[in-house]
Amino acid sequence: MNDIDWRNNILAQLKDHSLQIDISGKDIEQWRVAAEDWQRLAELAQQQQMRWAAGWAEQHDHRFSVHACLQKQGHYLWLKTSVKGDKPELPSQASVYPAASRSERHTQDMFGIHFQGHPDSRPWVRHQAWHKHQYPLRKDFPLHGEPAEITPPDTDYQFVKARGSGVYEVPVGPVHAGIIEPGHFRFQAVGETVLHLEERLGYVHKGIEKLAEGRDPEGLARLAGRISGDSTVAHSWAACRAMEQAAGLAIPPRAEFIRGILCERERIANHLGDIGAICNDVGFAFAQMQFTRLREQWQRSQADIFGHRLLMDCLVPGGVKTDISAAHCSAMAAELKALRAELDELLPALDLNSSLEDRLLTTGFLSPQTAALYGCVGYVGRSSGQDFDVRRDAPYPPYDRLTVNVALEQQGDVASRFWVRVKEVFASLKLIGQMLQQLPEGDILVSWQQPAEHSEGLAMIDGWRGEIITYVRFAGDNRIGRFYPRDPSLPNWPALERIVLNNIVPDFPVCNKSVNGSYSGHDL
Amino acid sequence: MLRLFAKTLKTGIISEKIKRPKNDELEQLGIEVKRHIDRYFAGSLAIRAVDAGSCNGCELEIHALNNPLYDVERFGVHFVASPRHADVLLVTGPVSRHMQTALLRTYEATPHPKWVIAAGDCAACGGEFGVSYACCGAVANVIPVDVTIPGCPPTPEVLVKGLLGLMMKK
Repeated sequence: MNDIDWRNNILAQLKDHSLQIDISGKDIEQWRVAAEDWQRLAELAQQQQMRWAAGWAEQHDHRFSVHACLQKQGHYLWLKTSVKGDKPELPSQASVYPAASRSERHTQDMFGIHFQGHPDSRPWVRHQAWHKHQYPLRKDFPLHGEPAEITPPDTDYQFVKARGSGVYEVPVGPVHAGIIEPGHFRFQAVGETVLHLEERLGYVHKGIEKLAEGRDPEGLARLAGRISGDSTVAHSWAACRAMEQAAGLAIPPRAEFIRGILCERERIANHLGDIGAICNDVGFAFAQMQFTRLREQWQRSQADIFGHRLLMDCLVPGGVKTDISAAHCSAMAAELKALRAELDELLPALDLNSSLEDRLLTTGFLSPQTAALYGCVGYVGRSSGQDFDVRRDAPYPPYDRLTVNVALEQQGDVASRFWVRVKEVFASLKLIGQMLQQLPEGDILVSWQQPAEHSEGLAMIDGWRGEIITYVRFAGDNRIGRFYPRDPSLPNWPALERIVLNNIVPDFPVCNKSVNGSYSGHDL
Repeated sequence: MLRLFAKTLKTGIISEKIKRPKNDELEQLGIEVKRHIDRYFAGSLAIRAVDAGSCNGCELEIHALNNPLYDVERFGVHFVASPRHADVLLVTGPVSRHMQTALLRTYEATPHPKWVIAAGDCAACGGEFGVSYACCGAVANVIPVDVTIPGCPPTPEVLVKGLLGLMMKK
């Protein structure tokens, strides 16, 4: 890693300042930065075109540690700084990286750390469930809080206003007209054209980070599997991997492969559902019916083989819960073939459908520049030219032994996000095929070793929505001291505000579906 | 266009038979069929789904009810866009405190007679999240609940049986 230019460039410009670099035996380089250099470092990193990936904080006795994670070409940089406990302040990185904006607002609401120069001073995840000067992730805030009998609605949030003749506002949510998660959207429109969209999320904040504190490893894996139900495998994998790093635990190769199979199965299931749903949002029910049928069949075989339709709780710290027999392997191989045959019949019918093309092409445009600005990941980033995939660029087992094809498109419209999903389904089918062929023999679980106090782990996993970054630190006695999972929805949600601009209000559902951010994973 | 017809014909009708639940199953699902329910809901049930803080796992399975294998519309069960059109609120999640007022208002906006189904472990008892500064726990802690359908998440089959149980003729 030492020969990377961007790293030396940053260091050369920072050399007058205090900086401590810790590369001792860690996969990810850690830089301890003085608080006053926090923003300067972000500026230098941005000049080197690094992506701002995640940020979180933690309270220690009389101070806070603040962390940020940046990435370029598969190399991660883990920044740490320390701020004092009374009146904690830190220069904002969001003024440099828009991608850091919501994350810093979250940290401000949860810890009371003030980010100086942040472009948006409004609260984010805090509505009215706790008071302005209460901070749930501080140690003195009890898990049960001091809630009112009925939590009042958050009516004083200062939405951006648009004025002018013919401009009108459409408020939507938090309870939506479909079977989806809750959140609020505020549109300003002229005629049918969207001038501005503002998201107001945080409605499904469940206090996951606080709930995690004090849990044992198994309890944390169970909780991580419920950060976002559609990414249950990916999130529990990230949590398990972070905990295993902290404990210095190597899991059996067979378990790694089964985890890979589970994660690719989850990706296929969700993409199948979304491909149908995108078509349905422009009134093409044929695809919706065919693809929900395929998804249902896929989920049923998951129930048969792994015991759960959505694959919840299949991963446990130290390995996986269910082994797969030779019969399962051949059943899955046959299933891969059957799904490929179905798709070969269905996709030409969709591709040649001119009315579908009419509605999807050029709709919901996200430029590669904007995608890079927000640090978009997964199919949202890849459809706008962001050529990044953790599985290929920072491979973890079993992907270090497999060939990962990354789907990429440049046009950044709904059609691209549709076809990237299609390509990813085929790539995952190929990966599962490879994993079934190379599946090692042996155990699927090793017994857990209690990690040392304060040991920490940081894991990146490519879920179906994209890169998940999970931080875990153990307190003493095998209990979790801090847990922070960064869902891929966090960088992707803000992109939706840009995607819908200049589209018509009735195309919002299909724009939204093509991004399909998780509300639960975003709000935590 | 011909390709669409060809694939539609080839796929055929794949909806599966779902038996109306037996009494012991109803008990498991926590359904106490009240005598007068048929009078109001016989033959048709309009549902408003409300996510009050779920992880979206329950939503995936509720969506599956509309896939061609379960196809709940054939039983007269349909999902509507407004609580004002609904007979039943199908509520998921451990009711995040930020959704508490929205849930109460949705309940108030639903005309009488109305039924509330708490679907999934979180809605039934708080599940993995329980009661905290951020969650109210079970749906019953916020609005009156008539039926609970347990499971994390409940499978579509269990959900259909819960709905059929609600509409069961005595």
